[in-house]
Amino acid sequence: MSAPSDAPQEQVLTLAGAELLPQLVAHLREHRAKLRDEWSARIREAHLLDAMTPQEMANETTSVYDNYVEVLETGSVEALQHYARDLSERIIPRGVETHEVIGIVLLLRDVLARSLFAKYQDDFALLNEVLDAYEPAANRIANTVAVSFVDERERVIRQQQDAIRELSTPVLPVRERLLILPIIGVLDSERAKQLTEQLLGGIRTHRAKVVVMDITGAPEIDETVANHLVQTVDASRLMGASVIITGLSPTIAQTLVTIGVDLSKMNTIGDLQGGLEEAERLLGYRTTRTEVAEES
Amino acid sequence: MNTGPALVSILRQGDTLVASVNTALDDSEMLRFQTDLIRQIGEQRARGVIIDVAALDVLDSFGSRTLRGIAEMARLRGAVTVVVGIQPDVAYSMMRLGMDMGTVTTALDLEEGLEYLARLRRRPLGGTRAGR
Repeated sequence: MSAPSDAPQEQVLTLAGAELLPQLVAHLREHRAKLRDEWSARIREAHLLDAMTPQEMANETTSVYDNYVEVLETGSVEALQHYARDLSERIIPRGVETHEVIGIVLLLRDVLARSLFAKYQDDFALLNEVLDAYEPAANRIANTVAVSFVDERERVIRQQQDAIRELSTPVLPVRERLLILPIIGVLDSERAKQLTEQLLGGIRTHRAKVVVMDITGAPEIDETVANHLVQTVDASRLMGASVIITGLSPTIAQTLVTIGVDLSKMNTIGDLQGGLEEAERLLGYRTTRTEVAEES
Repeated sequence: MNTGPALVSILRQGDTLVASVNTALDDSEMLRFQTDLIRQIGEQRARGVIIDVAALDVLDSFGSRTLRGIAEMARLRGAVTVVVGIQPDVAYSMMRLGMDMGTVTTALDLEEGLEYLARLRRRPLGGTRAGR
């Protein structure tokens, strides 16, 4: 409670508060059910946590309440941080927003403060001391919960970004020694770099000789990325694989020629189907159609 | 001129020489390798040369220029050169640095390189004209 960074006059107050806190905590424990219900009612009134069922909300409010009082008692923020992160992990997938989390914690703070007002209203000096003890602790709890929630959310976002990045450039074997690499979405230089790494790794793993890179799904390409693609074709050739680029949109074709990227070494074919046919020809495959209906 | 023990083993298989670069070579060792290989092409009457660089995790500009030179010299001595086993990371960094192998044929690994040479042999081509 008496952190060394606190200003001197605050330290005096918190020393007095140190004796009051157990009393305060006992009060909050004693009226737990009533205060919790009041808090839940306020949450519902404010239309927070609408994504949760009443049952879930009752469970969560109970455990938040208990944790809250415990932190008031022990002053240990670590346990709360842990709990808040755990709570965030559970509620983030349910679409709970930052303002809701902060809102419910502040509501609890208000409900408890109100109850303290009611209890100590006859003795104004004592009420002051109680609030001096209660407020810093309560504020710290609100702060900790909010920060933990945002941290957790950022962690989830980072994780998802990694997952999207990984998924965004699949290298797929279609026949022995033939890979396709569909590119969907905007190609920035970060993605282009990752694409090259995955492609070169894929060529090695699958012992590919021909790669069809389909950019039908890429809306546009800038000069840096275009040059990177040309270099990727070179790098693949170093590993003994030739690259066929398909699905250059009219916009991209115009951009590439206008900005003057050297495309003389690029083997391009109109669409993915044509690209696959060319790749099969290069690999010596011949596809014939059998008349199934007539044979049976 | 480097006159120590050769760091690159050059093996003969039929009319093909297989040179495996097993360790990173400094510039003088690279030149030593070049001399040895070009000499052996004549001695062994080789028609094809495979240089396997799978063990290298770095290929600098001098190294790649020497490999291009070797391929050109080998062509003059009547052999086709294939560089095999360039690792993904090596290919990527060569690309980033704007280096390339020029007109030298590259293949995934030793097996692919041998197959490429076998395919050339099946075609009625003169040794000096067989490259790309």
